Parts: sequence; C-alpha cells; structure tokens
Amino acid sequence: MKKYVAVVLLLFFGYYLLLSFLQLDFGRADERMAVSKDYLHESVATNKVANVITSIVVNFRGFDTLGEVTVLFLASTALASILYRRNKPGVKVPKERILTSASHLLHIGAKVLFPISIVLGAYIFIHGHLTPGGGFQGGAVIATGVLLMILSYRKFHVNHNIVSWVESIAGIAFVAIGFTGLIFGTSFLENVFPVGTLNALMSGGAIPLIYIAVGFKVGAELIGLLDNILLNNKELKQ
Amino acid sequence: MIWTLILLSLMAVIMIVATIVAIRQKDLLIAVFATAAISLGLSVFYFLLQAPDVALTEAAIGVALTTVIFLITIRNTKRYEKVNKAGQCKE
Repeated sequence: MKKYVAVVLLLFFGYYLLLSFLQLDFGRADERMAVSKDYLHESVATNKVANVITSIVVNFRGFDTLGEVTVLFLASTALASILYRRNKPGVKVPKERILTSASHLLHIGAKVLFPISIVLGAYIFIHGHLTPGGGFQGGAVIATGVLLMILSYRKFHVNHNIVSWVESIAGIAFVAIGFTGLIFGTSFLENVFPVGTLNALMSGGAIPLIYIAVGFKVGAELIGLLDNILLNNKELKQ
Repeated sequence: MIWTLILLSLMAVIMIVATIVAIRQKDLLIAVFATAAISLGLSVFYFLLQAPDVALTEAAIGVALTTVIFLITIRNTKRYEKVNKAGQCKE
C-alpha cells in the first residue's frame, strides 16, 4: 500500500515538474530574464561598483547574504556546542593540541606564510568591490593562514573571547548598515552612503563596508571553528 | 583559446581519475587527498570559465579547510575501511 502511495505521489510531482519544464522556451530571449540586464547596468551606473558580482551579492541580494552569514554562524555555534567540554573541578585540562609537533621546515615556512596570507585575505575583502573576491573568500584565506600556524605550532592559541567579540561586532555592523538604509532610505540594506567615482577604493557606498564586516565575521567564525576542533580532546578520542 | 580547451580537458581527466580513486580507495587518507584534487581541478575550471570569485572560494574552502577537517576526523576514527572477501565494505 505504502509503495503505491509513493508511486502516485512521485507521478504527481513529476507531472508538475515536467509541466513547468516544458513551459521554458529554450534558445529564445526571455522577458523574465531582463532583470540581469538591469543589474549589469545599475551596478556600474548607480552603485559605481566595478565588480558587478559584488554589487549583486551585497546590494541587490544583500538579504540573502545576511542569511548566508547567519547559516554559517549557526553551523559554527552547533559545532562548538557539540565539542564543548565542561571543565571538571580539580582536573587541569592541558592546553595542547592533539597534533604531534611539526618539522623544522614547516615551522619556518609557516612563519613566513602567515603574515602574507593575513594581508592577502584583508586585501581580498577590502578590494571586494574592485577585483574578484570578497568577504567570504578573504575570511577563508585568513582562516587558512591561521590553520597553517595551528598545524605547525602546538602551543599556538587563539583567544576565544577576542574571536567571538570580533564575530559579534561584525555581525551587528552588517545589520546596522542594513538599518541605516531603512532609516535614511526606503528599504533594508538600501545603499544610502555616497557612492564616489567608479574604480576608486572609496566607492560603492555601503558595499565595501558590508564586505569588510562579512570578511571579519567569516574569518573569526572559521578560526574559532578550527580551534575548537583541534584542541586536545581526550574524552572525544575514547 | 586552444590552450584553454587543452587545460580544461586535462583538468577534467584529472578530476574523473581522482573521483574514481576517491570512491574505490580503501585507504581513507588517500581518498581525502583525491577529494582535494577534485576541488583543485574544479577551482581551475571556475577560473577558466571566468568565475574568479567562485574559484577563490573553492580553492580556500574545498582544498584547505575541508581537507583538514576530514583529516582530523580520520585521525580520531580509523584510517582503513574494512572489507570482506568479495571486496565489499562491511556494515
């Protein structure tokens, strides 16, 4: 009986999916796709942003980006709550990582590469409105640099308080910029800041500000996540 | 243009081989590195198809962070898959 119900339901859904699929006319210009032309024109003419993708992600689809950042935050919070250990009174938890110590080559290489990766990540999210990249990419590059340090030095530690403060302040800044649009303009995340000239570093109004906030938030989240996973956890291993 | 095509086909071949290795391999460490190779090829694909934004994300997250998380998981569990005589995985 169950099988027949499943087959009938599948046929039903399949019929409607096929119906909507057949309504697409392939190979012909579609009036419903005209919004993409508008995006291409508006991001350069009104927002003065050279990188159209950033303009779409942060301005036209800014609310989606806020949702993405929230999902990432929820994921890292869930992981932290799984890996959380209550410190037993009297038992001193060693503040060392589960990794064995790395070779001399990795020590020196990590020391050289760590500042470069931090600067590269910051460059990527500050210049998000001019060159490819943005907050997510820059934050991930910074987290990769910190990961290199964590892998090479057993006693390298990130201050969890600072990381969570940076994360919270960046998240609040994103929402605050959104509310500025609501207060001085007409809608949430509207670009009300002065936009400047095309191709300048100080251009695009709220877009670079939002991407800098996203960069800090993603970087802090990923760093906190990696530090949580890599801490010495004897109870987890058993 | 022709070089782009050659590079794309090379990357496609590498990705297919890496996928087969990742599925067939019983040593999970090698399987994880094959997954990283798929991400690397995909990143080159994105870059050549003019989506550098996505290529950056794929390179940072797919190649570095995901691989490390998988490696830590393997470290805390088991490195080899158990197989029976017929070559299938045990439940």
